Amino acid sequence: MKVLVTAKRVVDYNVNVRVLNDNSGVDLNNVKMSVNPFDEIAIEEAVRLKEAGTAEEVIVVSIGPKAAQEQIRTALALGADRGILIETDIEAQPLGIAKLLKAIIDKEQPQLIITGKQAIDGDNSQTGQMVAALAGYAQATFASKLELSGDSATVTREIDGGLEVIKVTLPAVVTTDLRLNEPRYASLPNIMKAKKKPVDTYTPEDLGVDITPRVKTLKVSPPPERKAGIIVESVEQLVDKLKNEAKVIS
Amino acid sequence: MSILVIAEHDNKSIKPVTLVTVAAAKEIGGDIEVLVAGAGCSAAADAAAKIEGVSKVLLADNEVYAHHLAENMAELVTEIGKDYSHILSPTTTSGKNFMPRAAALLDVAQISDISGVVSEDTFERPIYAGNAVATVQSSDAIKVITVRGTAFDPVPAEGGSASVEALDIVKDAGLSTWVKEDIVKLVRPELTAARIIISGGRGMQNGENFSLLESVADKLGAAIGASRAAVDAGFVPNDMQVGQTGKIVAPELYIAVGISGAIQHLAGMKDSKVIVAINKDEDAPIFQVADYGLVADLFKAVPELDSML
Ligand SMILES: Cc1cc2nc3c(=O)[nH]c(=O)nc-3n(C[C@H](O)[C@H](O)[C@H](O)COP(=O)(O)OP(=O)(O)OC[C@H]3O[C@@H](n4cnc5c(N)ncnc54)[C@H](O)[C@@H]3O)c2cc1C
Ligand SMILES: Nc1ncnc2c1ncn2[C@@H]1O[C@H](COP(=O)(O)O)[C@@H](O)[C@H]1O
Repeated sequence: MKVLVTAKRVVDYNVNVRVLNDNSGVDLNNVKMSVNPFDEIAIEEAVRLKEAGTAEEVIVVSIGPKAAQEQIRTALALGADRGILIETDIEAQPLGIAKLLKAIIDKEQPQLIITGKQAIDGDNSQTGQMVAALAGYAQATFASKLELSGDSATVTREIDGGLEVIKVTLPAVVTTDLRLNEPRYASLPNIMKAKKKPVDTYTPEDLGVDITPRVKTLKVSPPPERKAGIIVESVEQLVDKLKNEAKVIS
Repeated sequence: MSILVIAEHDNKSIKPVTLVTVAAAKEIGGDIEVLVAGAGCSAAADAAAKIEGVSKVLLADNEVYAHHLAENMAELVTEIGKDYSHILSPTTTSGKNFMPRAAALLDVAQISDISGVVSEDTFERPIYAGNAVATVQSSDAIKVITVRGTAFDPVPAEGGSASVEALDIVKDAGLSTWVKEDIVKLVRPELTAARIIISGGRGMQNGENFSLLESVADKLGAAIGASRAAVDAGFVPNDMQVGQTGKIVAPELYIAVGISGAIQHLAGMKDSKVIVAINKDEDAPIFQVADYGLVADLFKAVPELDSML
């Protein structure tokens, strides 16, 4: 079967993001960009399915500026077979992205779509669920374990109270949580090989999809700052401060 | 305007995050109705009817909604939700599961995890792990919104007297089935509702050592949390993870023990009223957000703290 995975280009998780002085957004100048960490987990899961002989082909899709090619190449170096870049300079939102992915699903007919549970820039946690809705497929979000058998998948999900196991009919959309797997690093030979793997490029217009944002960002502000605290010398002093200064324990 | 709030409940009672979500609805303004969906959940509907400010409760009581399977919930919410100006749910793993699906079926955007209401169509929400706050305006006719559990003061659970209307809408998409769950038995307050939280990180070294925190927690009536590293290492279960991609908490007192203070962890706790950090590394970033920092070996400091409480 074919597996479709997504790789969003996002600010690397180690970067301490700063808001621009004019409140128009965050500073993306000279900032390291990477594959969204949850998407690395999605790619890893798909590649393992291929290595296990369950998947025949792993296709990676990214939606973004031309530079998102880098994230596609990363996914190809990790083991995906081919890439699809949907190039746009509009900062597409989850609903628009889901519509683009639906158009790719119509073309490619994958049995399994694996996305991250959340992109760490917008922290939306919507896209996988929206793709499943538009395609009319089952969804299994926040997956920490995935087992395929025949035309269904059994998925363990991380939920607020603990874990839940559900069974979904394929085709389905799975979104990855942190503990699904530990992504590998790309080896140098695989990085070289990835350069020769095919990448198709489309625009939203090619796919006949309108991605006009429905939500407008009016401004972006820094979060309220915390005042610097103090270093206490002893546990005794700590308990005293908590009781008599902060008055949070009695 | 009329607002539909989707309740988080355990069939018998309403979860506190529902009261927070109603509070956000109140700030938007308008008639507030609450949907209680589940199987055998009429007691929860009766409880919802008592929430202050709620004018009507809709009860969808059927096996198909038993475990809030996303496909069935989304179809239900889509069908009844189209008559409202706003649909709100708490940002819980349940709301995060079915709400975007419902939004897509309604062909509208979702505004995730709002932390503030500016007007009926404009909201604030944290982005980039809380390193920035975006003010966003929606142009959709129906606004589908999830609400951050720490961002609004809950409305009183009592004081209302809404009517309960039983719905006869059965949506079974037949795409998924619930197999089982492994719910961690709570012996202490729920993380998102606790007044005090003590969390352990990789510095705890193993799961057994969390008993040091348990002893303190029991004296303080606190909940126990953890960093991702502690969960990944298998010290404690996933439901204890605090952070950008775990639970968001804002207790009166948060005590971080053996936690370095990565951005992703801070995202989940930096709105706590008072933060205490116990870490042996004086350069650990957690000290930059701590009101009271103690540079010490936790294996000495925590038992000492325990003995002083
Ligand atoms: C996509 C993504 C999502 C993430 N989501 C989350 C999230 O939701 N929540 C989260 O917490 N993290 C999250 N992380 C992980 C985060 O980046 C950090 O790796 C993690 O928070 C580190 O956990 P820690 O502080 O316990 O471990 P470490 O960073 O290893 O810190 C351990 C600390 O313990 C101290 N210590 C060790 N021994 C002792 C001792 N005897 N006494 C006192 N102090 C001691 C050390 O000085 C150190 O500061 C995420 C990461 C990514 C990439
Ligand atoms: N522009 C994009 N390109 C590729 N995948 C995306 C894009 N946006 C979102 N996704 C996928 O959807 C997941 C959830 O994103 P979000 O709904 O934005 O939190 C991400 O982890 C990605 O797998």
